[in-house]
Amino acid sequence: MVAIQVDGLTKTFGDTTAVDGLSFRVEDGELFGLLGPNGAGKSTLINVLVTLLRPTSGSATVDGHDVVAETGAVRNSIGIVFQEPALDEELTGAENLHFHARLYGMDRADRERRVDEIFDLVGLSAERDDRVGTYSGGMKRRLEIGRGLLHEPSVLFLDEPTVGLDARTRRDTWEYIQRMNEEAGVSIVLTTHYIEEAEQLCDRVAVVDDGDIAAVDTPDALKESLGGDVVSLDVEGSTADFRRRLDDCEWITDYASSDAGVRVTVERGDARVADLVRLADDAGVAIRSVDIHRPNLETVFLSLTGATMAERESESADEAGTASDRRGAESDRAGERAHLAATEDDA
Amino acid sequence: MNLVDPLSVYALWLRDVKRFLRAPSRIIGSIAMPLLFLVFLGFGFSGAAIPGLPEGVDYLQYLVPGMVGFTMLFGASFAGMSILSDQDVGFLKEILVAPVSRTSIVLGRIAGGSTTALVQAGLILVLSIPLGFEVDSLLSLPLAVVFLVLIAVTFVGFGVALASQFSDSEGFGLVVQFVIFPLFFLSGAIYPVGSLPEPVQLLALANPLTYGVDGLRAVLVGTSSYPVAVDLGALVLSSVVMVGIGTYLFERVEAV
Repeated sequence: MVAIQVDGLTKTFGDTTAVDGLSFRVEDGELFGLLGPNGAGKSTLINVLVTLLRPTSGSATVDGHDVVAETGAVRNSIGIVFQEPALDEELTGAENLHFHARLYGMDRADRERRVDEIFDLVGLSAERDDRVGTYSGGMKRRLEIGRGLLHEPSVLFLDEPTVGLDARTRRDTWEYIQRMNEEAGVSIVLTTHYIEEAEQLCDRVAVVDDGDIAAVDTPDALKESLGGDVVSLDVEGSTADFRRRLDDCEWITDYASSDAGVRVTVERGDARVADLVRLADDAGVAIRSVDIHRPNLETVFLSLTGATMAERESESADEAGTASDRRGAESDRAGERAHLAATEDDA
Repeated sequence: MNLVDPLSVYALWLRDVKRFLRAPSRIIGSIAMPLLFLVFLGFGFSGAAIPGLPEGVDYLQYLVPGMVGFTMLFGASFAGMSILSDQDVGFLKEILVAPVSRTSIVLGRIAGGSTTALVQAGLILVLSIPLGFEVDSLLSLPLAVVFLVLIAVTFVGFGVALASQFSDSEGFGLVVQFVIFPLFFLSGAIYPVGSLPEPVQLLALANPLTYGVDGLRAVLVGTSSYPVAVDLGALVLSSVVMVGIGTYLFERVEAV
């Protein structure tokens, strides 16, 4: 059974193409990540899949229902946690959940039972009758994730679930998401621009850039596709002889040289550093410093798109500044300030 | 998705009522202005020769139905526009992504908004009694409630229609100054419309609140410019039209 099937989906706003003919599928029970910088079109994609936006062209099904022709069936089978909180802060936690349950047509007995279960699941039973306005950021997120699961959807969408949360709350939230996936058996699609989040949480990751998907695979497979670790050698003097020697080495996957030095891609970089230093020595090149980079999804993004996520973000921010009708990007950018604040927390 | 889903309408109604009851400042705020108008205009102009005032009717008697109508106009329009504050805090998306028709959402909004506006208008009516207001006949109160409900439905529908034209709540102030107050002054709430220039009187005839206030005056005070049946007919018509326009425009609101 396929949870989500997307074929050639395109969404344009005026002259701006937010989602550009992308295709992918999510299997049942998967924890699937859409990784990309702000402005890549992730939120727009999610909004199309949850029937809040109509696609310009292409098609998509969620739980076997078409997102244009069967909006009611799609809405019944999905839960969503939006990027910005969508709770009524003047109501209590329980009232928010009961409101939601009624909108999803749950009868009284069902409602009482599920609301209790959800409070247990997200660990907010003690605060259920407190006004949501008194909740902390992490508690609100948990309540929203719980609410997304209240009506037992088959697919749960999480749009940037940890933006604006501090590092510790983020880790807790990851744990919750994983537990929901395992215990409730629900397929989860999340968007994120946090490398770590995609790596730690997701079964498979789609790398999204400029409205299209650059690659889809497990985080490990994506990293392995780069051919190993990157050893950066900061060197002095001519590297011509050194490069000739590198050409002869079979254990080297790839290398590139620039003014800053030489970047060598090699499996088991830690074990090969000594060999590389010896080669450089033999070629009469003085080494100022050595740096080993384990590949992560950031380097995957770089090698797939030729730019880092941060560069892509500032590009799209510049474009959004000049184009007035860039709504998809704008809603993506809304979380950017929060993101900056959050990354400072990480440092 | 059923066109009308009673459970969802109830959920939306319950939410509005809870929010309203939970914020005493909101209740006081909502009736403070009409109460001030009532007290100062009522006493300030008591005994003044106001042209066109029905024979033998004290100004306070004339004013109270007008202020009750004004309270309804104010409360109901704002209730309709509270869609915008939901949008500001992101809660509208939670509603729009649920398997509920837009019609049900508008009906829920109207149910909730009408209820809170009715409470406000009821408070004004009760508070006017110690000021000297005399209800013509208690038997006419049920008919007064019918008029109040029709005014509420008309203007919550109107508020929903207005809200659909704005993308955030910054338009609130403009709406109050350029829509709500003109409707108020053109309704005969504080003086008979007959003293206005002829072309302006035509505008008053197109204003649903004119019939609302006139109908309330008929049942509460026993004097009116038009037959009660005309007032009632006009309000039923305006309710249907406003709910229709509100639903139609809200259907077209983009969720994101």
